Amino acid sequence: MKKNKFKQNTLPALAMAGPVSLWMILFVTLPMLYIIYISFMSRGIFGDVVYEFSLDSYKTLLDSTYFKVIVKSMKAAFITTLLCILIGYPFAYYIAKQPKEVASKLIMLVMIPFWTNSLMRLNSWLLLFQTSGPVNNFLQNAGFIDSPISFVYTDGLVMIGMITNMLPFAVLPMYSSIEKLSKSLLEASADLGASRSTTFFNITLPLTFPGIFSSIILVFIPSLGIYTVTDMLGGGKVLYIGNIIKNQFGAIRNWPLGAALSVLLIVITGLLIFIYTRFAKIEDMEVV
Amino acid sequence: MSAIVSLINVEKSFGKNKVVKSMNIEVKEGEFLTLLGPSGCGKTTTLRMIAGFEDATSGIIKVQGVRVEDKEPFERDVNTVFQNYALFPHMTVFDNIAYGLKIKKRPKDEIKKRVNEMLDLVQLKGYENRKPDALSGGQKQRVAIARALINNPKVLLLDEPLGALDLKLRKQMQVELKRLQKKLGITFVYVTHDQEEALTMSDRIAVMNEGVIEQLGTPREIYDRPLTKFVAGFIGESNIFDGKVISVNDGIIYVETSAGTMKVKGNGFEAGEDIHVSIRPEHIKVSADSVEGFNLRGKIKDNIYMGTFVKTSVDLKDKTEIKYSRIEKEEEFTEGNFVNIYWNPERAVAIKSKS
Repeated sequence: MKKNKFKQNTLPALAMAGPVSLWMILFVTLPMLYIIYISFMSRGIFGDVVYEFSLDSYKTLLDSTYFKVIVKSMKAAFITTLLCILIGYPFAYYIAKQPKEVASKLIMLVMIPFWTNSLMRLNSWLLLFQTSGPVNNFLQNAGFIDSPISFVYTDGLVMIGMITNMLPFAVLPMYSSIEKLSKSLLEASADLGASRSTTFFNITLPLTFPGIFSSIILVFIPSLGIYTVTDMLGGGKVLYIGNIIKNQFGAIRNWPLGAALSVLLIVITGLLIFIYTRFAKIEDMEVV
Repeated sequence: MSAIVSLINVEKSFGKNKVVKSMNIEVKEGEFLTLLGPSGCGKTTTLRMIAGFEDATSGIIKVQGVRVEDKEPFERDVNTVFQNYALFPHMTVFDNIAYGLKIKKRPKDEIKKRVNEMLDLVQLKGYENRKPDALSGGQKQRVAIARALINNPKVLLLDEPLGALDLKLRKQMQVELKRLQKKLGITFVYVTHDQEEALTMSDRIAVMNEGVIEQLGTPREIYDRPLTKFVAGFIGESNIFDGKVISVNDGIIYVETSAGTMKVKGNGFEAGEDIHVSIRPEHIKVSADSVEGFNLRGKIKDNIYMGTFVKTSVDLKDKTEIKYSRIEKEEEFTEGNFVNIYWNPERAVAIKSKS
């Protein structure tokens, strides 16, 4: 009997979930634990990790220079998220209201950037905005400015790069929650005397909030840790958490500090996901 | 009695597909009118055009004598109970019901008073703080009705409101809805594909098929005197014969069909004309001997005991199967016996053949 139960329940479950679980443990959980572990170690003179317990890395984080970068990164991620939602929601709404064939084509347009190499996309931003690039040329020829503006390697261009990079992540979850919204709820609201805008604020917005929240998570978390965009469009002149982490593991070789910064990101991410699941639990039940 | 809703030559096409064809109907004030028909007959589209969710392709729609074709749903003095209730999932029962008044920005205490009246009316006192998810199907239905009634609409439109409920609850809600309609005196326009529901609740029924009204009348008229073959077949159970008029004598029509000859009472038929004869199972009689005017012989196929009555199938000579029912304990012919079928010609209905 006991053997039978193993064959019937345990074995299939193990066969199906086993490989994935093993993969996750080997390539996600263990490296993460290792990161946490070395964040509490100290740095050797030659940039190696000395396995002696120390809180130095965490103390460094509170240092004004690093602290400022952390705050600045969070601010940038926050603004990116806000703008992605503000731009993405009307866009997602528009797509969701189109007939199925048109909608799927528009969604395709949203997806196309995913297929382009990100280095190429970022380089083209540099080309567009450099001192002798089309944007500056246009502004000069049109007489808006006298001398070229240096967009390149500024926080502003980094912001544009972040938003364009993240927008698809914002559009897709919001699109799916707007599209899921039952048309009869909107009709019921209109039937009871609500104008279009009243219906939007009373029905559409609250009921698509789970989608908005998913978008926030999907945009905010990567924005906080991103380093390709900040590295290329900021040219290493403007610093964000992502660049610092990259530098600690690369050029500067202070692994414990890089690990501590990573742990900080993991904690922030974990907190956000915790809040999300709390929300999702309540909201999901209601939306069905 | 004046018309509270009128549709004049209303048509609706989706692309090339004409769903409603030249619809003309006048809904009288205070009546319970049902649009009855199979799915795809255009009944829901008609209702949605009155509510304003669909624009009529052509024609005139009037509510209380005022044309409304160009008005938005929120500008029309009608309210709708939706098929799947369409309750706002993020609001409590109280907020759902109060929605219409909140939109109109009525004072708080008036809203509270009216919602409480509505909760009383639909017997949902004590449920005001629940979310729709925590309600049963029947309770959701009551909330939907209360929500639609709070604005005191002149007309309440109901789109298969009982479709999702189980049989027992549906029967109970039918009675409740009918009582509610009588009590409030509001005009109900009710859409259903359930003919029994239509017969029990309606003052008048419009039977629809393929975008047109086949017949408009009281439930009794529709049941006893169907005007078309479709109505005869759709409402209740019926045996329908296709045949030709042999002769007409004193209002009695003699008909020849492939199953045999029969007679039926009716006016306006001439010899040689195509005709349909419809007869309800409960009006069919059987006898061992032949009956004047009838030559419908058949073999008893089976007797099915249904409780209060027995349903019998008979195979006629052209292999058409006809059904009749009789009260238990009446004389029974056992399976395999040959019987003669006949009926009182007044009970059968003569129907003009289209084309």
